[in-house]
Amino acid sequence: MPESHVPKEAIGHGDGGTAALAIGEAESLERAPTARPLPPGGEPTGKPRSLWSDAWHDLRRNPVFVVSALVIVFLVVIALWPQLIATGNPYRADLAKAQQGAGPGHPFGYDTQGRDVYTRVVYGARASITVGTCATAGVALLGGLLGGLAGFFGGWWDTLLSRLADIFFGIPVLLGGLVFLSVVTSATVWPVIGFIVLLGWPQIARIARGSVVTAKQNDYVQAARALGAGNRRLLLRHIAPNAVAPVIVVATIALGTYIALEATLSYLGAGLKPPTVSWGIDISAASTHIRNAPHMLLWPAGALSITVLAFIMLGDAVRDALDPKLR
Amino acid sequence: MTNGGAPPAQPLLDVQDLAVEFRTRDGVAKAVNGVSYTVAAGQTLAVLGESGSGKSVTAQAVMGILDSPPGFVTGGRILFQGRDLLTLGKEERRRIRGAKMAMIFQDALSALNPVLSVGTQLGEMFQVHTGTSRKEARAKAVELMERVGIPAARARVGDYPHQFSGGMRQRIMIAMALALEPDLIIADEPTTALDVTVQAQVMDLLAELRREYRMGLILITHDLGVVADVADTIAVMYAGRVVESAPVHQLYKAPAHPYTRGLLESVPRLGHKGRELHAIKGLPPNLTAIPPGCAFHPRCPLARDVCHTDRPPLYDVGPGRTSACHFWKETLDGAR
Repeated sequence: MPESHVPKEAIGHGDGGTAALAIGEAESLERAPTARPLPPGGEPTGKPRSLWSDAWHDLRRNPVFVVSALVIVFLVVIALWPQLIATGNPYRADLAKAQQGAGPGHPFGYDTQGRDVYTRVVYGARASITVGTCATAGVALLGGLLGGLAGFFGGWWDTLLSRLADIFFGIPVLLGGLVFLSVVTSATVWPVIGFIVLLGWPQIARIARGSVVTAKQNDYVQAARALGAGNRRLLLRHIAPNAVAPVIVVATIALGTYIALEATLSYLGAGLKPPTVSWGIDISAASTHIRNAPHMLLWPAGALSITVLAFIMLGDAVRDALDPKLR
Repeated sequence: MTNGGAPPAQPLLDVQDLAVEFRTRDGVAKAVNGVSYTVAAGQTLAVLGESGSGKSVTAQAVMGILDSPPGFVTGGRILFQGRDLLTLGKEERRRIRGAKMAMIFQDALSALNPVLSVGTQLGEMFQVHTGTSRKEARAKAVELMERVGIPAARARVGDYPHQFSGGMRQRIMIAMALALEPDLIIADEPTTALDVTVQAQVMDLLAELRREYRMGLILITHDLGVVADVADTIAVMYAGRVVESAPVHQLYKAPAHPYTRGLLESVPRLGHKGRELHAIKGLPPNLTAIPPGCAFHPRCPLARDVCHTDRPPLYDVGPGRTSACHFWKETLDGAR
């Protein structure tokens, strides 16, 4: 490695004796300080960390993340296998026990039709989690793809997409849901998911577009292009990983709101329909009996609140971890 | 046009009368107005000029990475190894980039992808162009890092760009550009973001690699000191045009354009301590409204009536030397 120093001066002005110093290997051995101070206990010469492993390192130490993640894992497990903690049948009605309070083996009491509230609350998680995750996946995929491509290619495609997004933004969610879903007769979760994706994608598309436009202007994208990378490689390898963080954050927070939206629509009779077990439907049915049988309302409502809260807190924690500027 | 002192054989790169404009909302900015220069294999051309003189835009046009829109090449030819790049298809040009010509950027921290390790980014060069396996690419990445003088390359190949010092990062940038042994490297202010001591090391490395691989090198800079040691020829740009080109020593000894003279005089020197530093008066022109005639006339101490109306052609002022000044003779004589 040639480290000998040649004085840098305009030829013909050889006054000599400039401040140029001959230097050795000092520069090469020095290690630049990492972008942020290392957390206590972190080794300065430990394994290299990317943004993602950095974020994960932070998340594991964040109690908000740990608690909300545990709640979500629990919810997902009971959504998949409700029999694990509820042995009863959510449809089994015993009218003789209608609106009765808690009793042995039935900790949450009975609803108007004599069905076990505990079993229904447990089974209700499935609808909420399905709607939440599927709608979020759909929104993130559709919005991320359309927004990302609009941001990358720009031009008329970008203009068209942005105006289209504006139009969808203009549709009021509740009114649109009532109109759109009232004509649907299917009792499954798919019309609700489809509706949420239809109205939800512009939000993600805007964010994805914005972060792709920002990432595209980075020198390393230009540099990768100068070294022969094609569009596909630029997008997938250099832009997407640097643009995906905001999309993940917004999607996580949105997941909670989609669950609340499903419950709202179901409450209004436009979302899920019986026989699907849903917290929204049960809350709706219980709302007229709030004075004489409040337990019918409080348990599903509590479950809904905890679920929404868990997802929103998770989103907050993820945002804090992925956005170094907030640290 | 000039041959830049190169042997009469076909030059590696021959830019002829290149014109680039940016169509913006505020009007058309003519960033490059008829730039011509040549680079021979194994030679270094320094392109010198203030910010906004079009030196980087010319390089981007040569590389084919101009942001379009708003940038458009509106005229001229870019002959690279005898082929006009402007007539090639997108895919063909992409294949040339990286393999035949590569670029080194000013700020290596922002020119390296922060989420990929340097080994991955170096290896990518081989995976993109030659379809090498991941493992092999990794081994080649280590080899390259050793070649550009990164200590403990094997241990650091998995590190991320922010874990390297500025000089080391620039070495990695150079390694990336060098990976496929291109015939031409364009270095856009490769040392501007580094401190002085590291600058020298990086320049030395570049010069050494150029010799070893017999590459053509275009060194874009505004630093006259950097140029003197490494360049063979210099092209001085002003307002999107080459105003003077000459072999490096001749240009330093006796500039043939008042702008070049102004540049040389505005370099601070120890012997002139206590005296006022010379500066070229005025500002570089707004590219949406370049003055008619000679673009430099509003700032030129020699300007006469003809300069306001007639755009000076490139005069041959000596072997391998050109100057775009009506009064090049006076300038040259005045310098001697």
